[in-house]
Amino acid sequence: MDNSKLSRAEIEKLQEQDVNFVVQQINQYIVIRLGEEQYGISINYIDNIVRMQHITRVPKVANYIRGVINLRGEVIPVMSLRLKMGLAEDEETKATRIIILKIEGHGNIGVIVDEVKQVVNLDENQVEKPAYDKAAEKEMFISGIGKSEGNLISLLDLNAVTAEKE
Amino acid sequence: MDVSQYLEIFIDETKEHLQNLNTQILNLEQEPDNMDTINEIFRAAHSLKGMAGTMGYKRMQTLTHDMENVFSEVRNGNIKVKDNMIDVLFQCLDALEEYLENIQGEADEGTNENEHLIKTLNEIMKGADSTPVANQEAAPDKKAAPVQSAEESKWNSIVLGDSESTVISSALSQGKNVYGLTVYVQESCILKAARAFLVFKAVEDLGEILISNPSSQDIEDEKFENDFSIIVITDAELDTVIKAASEVSEIEKVCGGNVSLDALATEEEAESKPEAAEVAPSTEVAVKEETEAKPQSAPKQDKKPAAGKPVVNRTVRVDIEKLDSLMNLVSELIIAKNSMVSITSNSEAGNNSSAFNEQIEYLESVTTNLHESVMKVRMVPIESVVQKFPRMIRDLQKKLGKQMELYMTGEETELDRTVVDEIGDPLMHLLRNAADHGLESAELRKERGKPAVGSIHLDAYQDGNNVVIEVKDDGNGIDVEAVKRKAIERGVITAEQGENMPDKDIVNLLFLPSFSTAKTVTDVSGRGVGLDVVKSKIESLSGEVDVKTKLGEGSTWSIRLPLTLAIIQALMVIVGDEKYAISLGSIQTLETITKQDIKLVQNEEVIHLRGTVIPLIRLDEVLDTKTKKNPDEDLVVVIVKKGDKLAGLVVDELIGQQEIVIKSLGKFISKLKIISGATILGDGEVALIVDANALF
Repeated sequence: MDNSKLSRAEIEKLQEQDVNFVVQQINQYIVIRLGEEQYGISINYIDNIVRMQHITRVPKVANYIRGVINLRGEVIPVMSLRLKMGLAEDEETKATRIIILKIEGHGNIGVIVDEVKQVVNLDENQVEKPAYDKAAEKEMFISGIGKSEGNLISLLDLNAVTAEKE
Repeated sequence: MDVSQYLEIFIDETKEHLQNLNTQILNLEQEPDNMDTINEIFRAAHSLKGMAGTMGYKRMQTLTHDMENVFSEVRNGNIKVKDNMIDVLFQCLDALEEYLENIQGEADEGTNENEHLIKTLNEIMKGADSTPVANQEAAPDKKAAPVQSAEESKWNSIVLGDSESTVISSALSQGKNVYGLTVYVQESCILKAARAFLVFKAVEDLGEILISNPSSQDIEDEKFENDFSIIVITDAELDTVIKAASEVSEIEKVCGGNVSLDALATEEEAESKPEAAEVAPSTEVAVKEETEAKPQSAPKQDKKPAAGKPVVNRTVRVDIEKLDSLMNLVSELIIAKNSMVSITSNSEAGNNSSAFNEQIEYLESVTTNLHESVMKVRMVPIESVVQKFPRMIRDLQKKLGKQMELYMTGEETELDRTVVDEIGDPLMHLLRNAADHGLESAELRKERGKPAVGSIHLDAYQDGNNVVIEVKDDGNGIDVEAVKRKAIERGVITAEQGENMPDKDIVNLLFLPSFSTAKTVTDVSGRGVGLDVVKSKIESLSGEVDVKTKLGEGSTWSIRLPLTLAIIQALMVIVGDEKYAISLGSIQTLETITKQDIKLVQNEEVIHLRGTVIPLIRLDEVLDTKTKKNPDEDLVVVIVKKGDKLAGLVVDELIGQQEIVIKSLGKFISKLKIISGATILGDGEVALIVDANALF
């Protein structure tokens, strides 16, 4: 099709769509499972997803730091999301994965999850602010609740997740 | 013109020139009549001015311009070097450094006009005009005229060899014309070499170019100021030749004239009678031209070894990131090699493995060599850091009113670039300490029978895989009792602890934060932020700092730094079911001991080995794991040393020696004392590196 022959109305329509796209921010999340719950991790932070592998233990560190792995010649620390969020110890299964996150200014860190399920697109209307409940430790790591196809997905606040715990 | 892309080069080169000026002016103070030094200073100032002007830093340019004027007067013998002049010059250098710092910070030179400095410089200049040095008064006048003419037609100063003279005389006898030409290129010209080439080409159309000054090679390399001279043999008229040369664009003017043999200085003449009145101006210009044309080469004749070093480091500036990526490639190569090694050792049964092994050995030698040469690229002499110290000591001498002399050796000792960049401040602290606290006043020194001038030594040398830098003074030494009192007073230790503490440990208290024994706070040292900063800085470079002292005789501070930071030789060991690496540099010996050899001293396990009592450290406990060995079995002990202390690390098993690539554990694992990093083994697993130094 020759672009130059688009009618003026058609061009305006296209531009309108363009504007709509910008206004309604759609974010992509990877949905992971920890125990029975589903969590979302913004795709902007994800560098890589790898299978569970041997983790070299590092002595004298916080309990949720499981150790370090070799990712193509780089040594990357790995933490247990379950332990960090105050859940039970990881159970390693065939579905267990390590998600390598890239955190601005801090480099890479891997987090262990029970399963990686899917990728969802959520626009702003589908995300609700979390009802804060200070008592629950894991609530501290949630930045919002996403609704997708009838499922509720807790969106992780990765800066809080990767921040050092006192 | 957008010059921002040159900013980095400008900063680097300005630093070099400033450093050079500092050193040379110090020399000048010692030997006010050394012409080499004066020329060198003049040249550096001149380059600085040019660079600052190009980059549009007007204030910097003005200041250097006035400095240059003073140097030029000194060079012409119109003013004598005086003490106060040296002081002013140093102040100027400080002002220039300030400009440079501003430029480095915000790409702007700042607004400080430094008017007083410029005024003082001008006064020095005026002093030169009104009171010319008596015995020199005739000389400048006499010289002025010939130099002026030589300036115009520099071709007169071309020094001819035998063969050239013969060619000229035969050309003249054949009725050809021999002309000398001096071509001036416009100052704004960017491609001087290209213009020169066009001039050569135009002239060669008319005749033959016999010789040029500077040499055609130097002209090609753009190693000349704004003019060059040639001698041409041609049938054409002089005007035709000059016109041909002038037609090349960006040529300011061309001077020329007939060449006759007697007018030219031949080689022998120039050598045998350098003082001869007629020849003198021209040879002088020739020398000057040569040195100006090759600002990077060392002065030819040096009276002092200090001036014999190349003026500017001949370096290729390589982006450190490029080096890092090269380094990473080497690391990966080593990892690949290691995995091949582990494959072969696992499949020992294979019969055809001997050829394979041979290849691996070959690969191993290649990677080792590659590693070494890459590391060498990263190595720079510590000279760049220590160069500024003589100047600092000179300033301290005036400020503290003590007499002292700094002796330096081993400036050529090389260290990793990243380390060299960092050790400047710690060394400065130690030197200031030595000058302020260490050395006594002249009267006290005399009383104690020491020479009035205190000496501070800065020695650097390589010791195995380490580089040691020592700062030694012959001053008072550290008063252990005073330190002890102070420590008790500050509550760092209790009086009781102080009683039992060996002197060495008390001296080490000095490295604690906020510990200063100086009774009065001066701006040289004594604010209590010195030694602990030195210590933490050195430790962040995986080095250590130590002090030996004797009251009344002086102290020696030594800094020990690892040669390389990225790849080391290590001993692989097994503890529990985990593999660990221990740097070979800190390992003394390996021992097997029986359970009965272990003795208890103050409830600590020790072993008695060849006359020394060595504390035992059970690595499995330190590393929160569990040994797999039966408690009755013999123990494998790795004896490690730190300075003159020893310790025995108990491990389960030894695997062997390996070259390992040190990787950081990443920012998420906050700094662990006992683990200095990790490495990737041949089988892809990660092993941690135990920092033996942290176990003491």
